[in-house]
Amino acid sequence: MQMESSSASSRVESFPIGLRVLVVDDDLTWLKILEKMLRKCSYDVTTCCKARVALDLLRERKDRFDIVISDVNMPDMDGFKLLEHVGLEMDLPVIMMSVDGETSRVMKGVQHGACDYLLKPIRMKELRNIWQHVYRKRIHEVKDMEIHDINDDIHILRSGFENFDDRLFMSTSEMISLRKRKDVDTRDFSDQDLYDSATVKKARVVWSVDLHQKFVNAVDQIGFDKVGPKKILDMMNVPGLTRENIASHLQKYRMYLCRIQKQNEARDFTGNKQPDHSPEDHSVNPGIQNPRTSGGHKSQNIQGLDMIDDFQESELNKQDVLPEKNKKEDVHSQKANNSPQPGPPLHLEAMLPHSDHKQVYPSMSKQKGWHESVLLRQFMQYPKHDHEPFSLLEDHSHPTQTQEPLVSISSNEKEGTEFNIKASVVNRKDRHMKIISTTAYADDSVSTQMEQVNSKEFGATYEHNKLISSKEQHYEQSRVHDLIPPSIYLNTKNEVDLIALPEDLNLPYLQGFGCVENVGFNGMELHQYNSCASLAELQNNWYDEIELNCEYWYDPLEYPLLDECLFA
Amino acid sequence: MASIPGPDACPPTVRLNYPTAKLSLFLLLSLSSGPHYLIKKDRERKHRKPASKTGLPVWMLGMGAGRWEEDMSHLLALLFRQGVLDEHFMQLQQLQDESSPNFVLEVISIYFRESEKLLRNIRTLLLDRECTDYRKIGVYLNHLMGSSSSIGANLVRNVCVAFRAASEHCNWAGCLRSLAVLEHEYCYLKNKLHELFQIEQQRVLAAGVRYHPLLQ
Repeated sequence: MQMESSSASSRVESFPIGLRVLVVDDDLTWLKILEKMLRKCSYDVTTCCKARVALDLLRERKDRFDIVISDVNMPDMDGFKLLEHVGLEMDLPVIMMSVDGETSRVMKGVQHGACDYLLKPIRMKELRNIWQHVYRKRIHEVKDMEIHDINDDIHILRSGFENFDDRLFMSTSEMISLRKRKDVDTRDFSDQDLYDSATVKKARVVWSVDLHQKFVNAVDQIGFDKVGPKKILDMMNVPGLTRENIASHLQKYRMYLCRIQKQNEARDFTGNKQPDHSPEDHSVNPGIQNPRTSGGHKSQNIQGLDMIDDFQESELNKQDVLPEKNKKEDVHSQKANNSPQPGPPLHLEAMLPHSDHKQVYPSMSKQKGWHESVLLRQFMQYPKHDHEPFSLLEDHSHPTQTQEPLVSISSNEKEGTEFNIKASVVNRKDRHMKIISTTAYADDSVSTQMEQVNSKEFGATYEHNKLISSKEQHYEQSRVHDLIPPSIYLNTKNEVDLIALPEDLNLPYLQGFGCVENVGFNGMELHQYNSCASLAELQNNWYDEIELNCEYWYDPLEYPLLDECLFA
Repeated sequence: MASIPGPDACPPTVRLNYPTAKLSLFLLLSLSSGPHYLIKKDRERKHRKPASKTGLPVWMLGMGAGRWEEDMSHLLALLFRQGVLDEHFMQLQQLQDESSPNFVLEVISIYFRESEKLLRNIRTLLLDRECTDYRKIGVYLNHLMGSSSSIGANLVRNVCVAFRAASEHCNWAGCLRSLAVLEHEYCYLKNKLHELFQIEQQRVLAAGVRYHPLLQ
């Protein structure tokens, strides 16, 4: 701890040097480049190519990072979802990056709470300035505190005054003093203040499931339209929670709900379309659930935070499940304006009173893209009630996800209520497994062929692979031949000298690679470009092949003078 | 470090780690012609490996070191002119420093590896006309575009953009054509970058050989 604090203080003294950045991107090239660029800016970089891993990293220690940079298009989790999680749970500034700079995407990023949106390719100077987002957030947090205090003072004073004129007078003077105070604050906001605020690390409130659930309860009770931070604070009655914590959380919550509403409306409008649907969901959705409900489920999923919190808090047992749930479901439907399908979700919910909600959040957070967990998430929306509450947002010591769902289903079965559900789930799983296996087949056939090839050189491998695959799938290629000249060449001219080649295609290079492979490099390690020996060998072989094929021949007679000069 | 197995029994200034290297260097030296496939259109370039009277190529004597820099800048200029590379490649080179001397090489190796995976995947997706997943092709293309932009591979990136348009229109034939062009451009880029690395290697070698006992 001492080391931490000393490093923290040294870091803060020379802000923004030592800024702790987490970079999340599935593109390994960019990951390496960004790491290097950020290191050059003297930042402390951690890289991650999977969003789930990044979330785990962030959750394991809340104050480990100052800022997160994330790509938008990632396979395991949408960048916007990650953004949401980070914003809600950790309140860190998040910068989005993408190769796509369309206005709609940028807008979406900002709506989800990104504090900046960078376009790839990213220049180093853009990265130099990312510290401003950290700084800005800190200043705003402190200022919020000030403003809230001042506003309170004003209210108290105002309400205390009977006389209208006096009140007016008081308010203007208060305003003046408020402004003065603010000016003073900004001027005084020197390094010292920053140092204090940074090291003290204004107890970042951890919005655990319990806390968030209390918050949501309070909001419900007050009424969404009449809600205010002070009322919520009073109702929640949590010691140590301050108004500005609630205010900022409320703001985020509102944004979040607005976005959900819009999504629901958009979805209903467009039918089955779901913008944030992962591809796996789509493949599994058809079947038992009708499209609308699946959409509804998905939205329920996103709102899962709220619902699960509510359900958890109640700690209901079996008998009270249905009526309670219905009530809560209604509340939530109203609140979220999720009018489309209140019926079916309830129905399914009735069918699964004991589904294990343990799986929901962890499966969401640790989903390795397995269809099962997604599938079961769809079913098991509604938590088990004879299950002690635990902090979903923070419990990440869950072992594995893929096997547990099955176990939970079978345990449910013992309670004798979901026979048909289990059967249908299992069926879907089987069908799904078939889907996986068929899609995997295509990849496998290609990859096994690849493994047969001994060469390590990727270019050669690639070309060779094309050769093999094209041979084996010639019935496909027959259609395709006329469309792909290179394939033709590679197919037919395996061992033949490649003499008559169209120059403009620069195919000598292609053929050179193919030829090299066929002539038999015999597994030479061509990718070790650091070794000059292999380089020399490479050159050697290239000269052998290309000399025969190339149209330009070196004419020693052309450069007589030069020869004499150079030959020492 | 490379040893120079000249015909005379001179003490080697540098050592090779690989047993086959001596043989290969011999072969290299025996070649009288240079990599002229490089100069398809630039005939005025005297690109070859002349041998000295001692049997050693001139560049090994440390006198032709400047040639490699010239070669490299010439090749880079060509690639810039063709639009194959853009200024991000220069930025990439500027990132290389003493703490990571092979940075550019590492990044580009990663790029090759990842790109080839992507190209393979795209090709696999296009095998069956009926059930081609165009959306997935679009996803892969985005990834490839992003990677290419990272190293400044401008031409590959532009081809990806055109390809993406074809995939958005679910045009199978168009996609196949675009894939052919993409693969071709990618191979060209790869070859050129390999050349660049070779030149760099040789330049480093040449710079390393400053003194030769026979010349002193």
